[in-house]
Amino acid sequence: MAFLELNGVEKYFGTVHAIRGINLAIEKGEFVVFVGPSGCGKSTLLRLIAGLEPIDAGRLVLDGRDITQLASSKRDLAMVFQSYALYPHMSVADNMSFALRLANVDRAIIKEKVQRAAEILNLTNYLARTPKELSGGQRQRVAIGRAIVRAPKVFLFDEPLSNLDAALRGQTRLEIVKLHRELGATTIYVTHDQTEAMTMADRVVVLRDGAVEQVGSPLDLYDSPANRFVAQFIGTPQMNVVDTTELPGLGDIVGARASTDGFIGVRPEHVLVLPAGSGRLPAQVEVVESLGADTLIYASTRRDGKAGVTLVAKQNSRTRLRVGDSIGLDITPQSFHLFDRQGHTVSARQ
Amino acid sequence: MKHFALILRTVAAWAVTLLLVFPLIWLVLTAFKTEQQAIAIPPELFFVPTMESFAEVNLRSDYLLYARNSVLTSVISTLLGLAIAAPAAYSMAFFRTKRTRDILMWMLSTKMMPAVGALVPIYVMAQTAGMLDTLSGLIIVFTLSNLPIMVWMLYSGFKDIPPDILEAARMDGANVWLEFLHVIRPLAMGTLSSTGLLCLVLSWNEAFWSLNLSSAKAGTLATLIASYSSPEGLFWAKLSAASLMAIAPIVVVGWFSQKQLVQGLTFGAVK
Repeated sequence: MAFLELNGVEKYFGTVHAIRGINLAIEKGEFVVFVGPSGCGKSTLLRLIAGLEPIDAGRLVLDGRDITQLASSKRDLAMVFQSYALYPHMSVADNMSFALRLANVDRAIIKEKVQRAAEILNLTNYLARTPKELSGGQRQRVAIGRAIVRAPKVFLFDEPLSNLDAALRGQTRLEIVKLHRELGATTIYVTHDQTEAMTMADRVVVLRDGAVEQVGSPLDLYDSPANRFVAQFIGTPQMNVVDTTELPGLGDIVGARASTDGFIGVRPEHVLVLPAGSGRLPAQVEVVESLGADTLIYASTRRDGKAGVTLVAKQNSRTRLRVGDSIGLDITPQSFHLFDRQGHTVSARQ
Repeated sequence: MKHFALILRTVAAWAVTLLLVFPLIWLVLTAFKTEQQAIAIPPELFFVPTMESFAEVNLRSDYLLYARNSVLTSVISTLLGLAIAAPAAYSMAFFRTKRTRDILMWMLSTKMMPAVGALVPIYVMAQTAGMLDTLSGLIIVFTLSNLPIMVWMLYSGFKDIPPDILEAARMDGANVWLEFLHVIRPLAMGTLSSTGLLCLVLSWNEAFWSLNLSSAKAGTLATLIASYSSPEGLFWAKLSAASLMAIAPIVVVGWFSQKQLVQGLTFGAVK
């Protein structure tokens, strides 16, 4: 039996069906990321687990105990909020020790635990300050400290990095991953940022419209997406997805069944940019994005002198191509995905 | 030029202040006069102060009884009001529904009707319940009539507390009571104390209901003052002495809590 189990969990907000029958099993010590576009229900699902919203149907079992109806205060979970939600009238030390003080833990033990958490998070010099005297990054660390001091059964993170600037976000991301490795605590982390999902997770849960689209390790999702939505949500830049009727020749080029009706998906790194005349798809450069290490080339295919579909190619070398240049495109063999009209992956490669 | 503006502002401020305080000064002066001095024209500004009127008031009526009634009714109705209004405001501020706004408006609308409009039904109810001229009757009426304002004030104060913080407290293991004690109370201290003080003052100064629902036993200081504007004619000096004794305690309370209040308000403002 898994450590945390969700069985047919449902949530309605009025007439809106926010969470649709979610089944999920999370193992002890796992780092699970809920990811999806805004409004997909990922934060709601986290709040259902936290007990901050009541569950309308289904069961939630933690460590063998049914906690579906249990108040959040009794679930033994800790949550790090997007807004940090620190207690403004308490010092950093009091913020971190609040839960332990409520639980009437011995003072000496509280002091020791706060001290240790402060050391881990580099907050030792700030224990006497109030939250408003701290920077955004420090507040974030206090919020994490408040969670780790308690040693809860599960850590819940609700988009904890979205209020930080890009540099700090990358750094804190690393720190959270390291912390997870050190503490080995079961963690559920909600984000809309697929990069965070890919870099942090043991397993990623992709959500859309309140339902699970796919669960798997980051590379599983990248290599074998269950459908067009996951294929395009995971990976930057997005996977090229082309309607087979728009570019009939593509099926032959990638080597798929010619009869396939639906969509063909190709990751940008599998689109090859060749000199004009070579390659099986003549095209014209529309935009060139030089990112330093990578170069993205957006080119539209040409047929009978008319513009066709736009494909993006990613290469890790620099280019001299300019907008308007004629080029040829080709696709790496056997590196494509097939989706039917409903967007489901067709078990493809013949 | 700047200097001149400053002088002008100072003079204007003093003028407005004196204008506002003048009746109070007049009251204090009159309280220490004899009845003859009190009605003398032109008014005497310099006179030998006498405690005669105070002695007379104490002789003719039991000041301490009225004072005790005032303290009991205002303090208990304030505490009772806070105990009822705080949970109401809590649920409205943190568990809003689409009807919350309407309920608040409806509560406030009850204050828009003149009190006298409800006199007959409330009098009859008090009479039937055997609560005429009792402290509990007055306490109930004071509490209920202050409740809409208390809920409104607490609601607007609580609304400024980010709900995330309460959720964090819940995750930290706080039940509703601990959440209120450790998070809402300190964060809304300014609102709680200003609401309490306002209701204390309103109850203390309340005259309409205490005049109509109480007399000798449960009468408050407001009824004591009123008894000196009697049909036998006005006794300015005694009326002033009685008024001074009636307002003195609440002015003292107001004076001291002012500092607390300012402290509380600035504390609440710090996010």
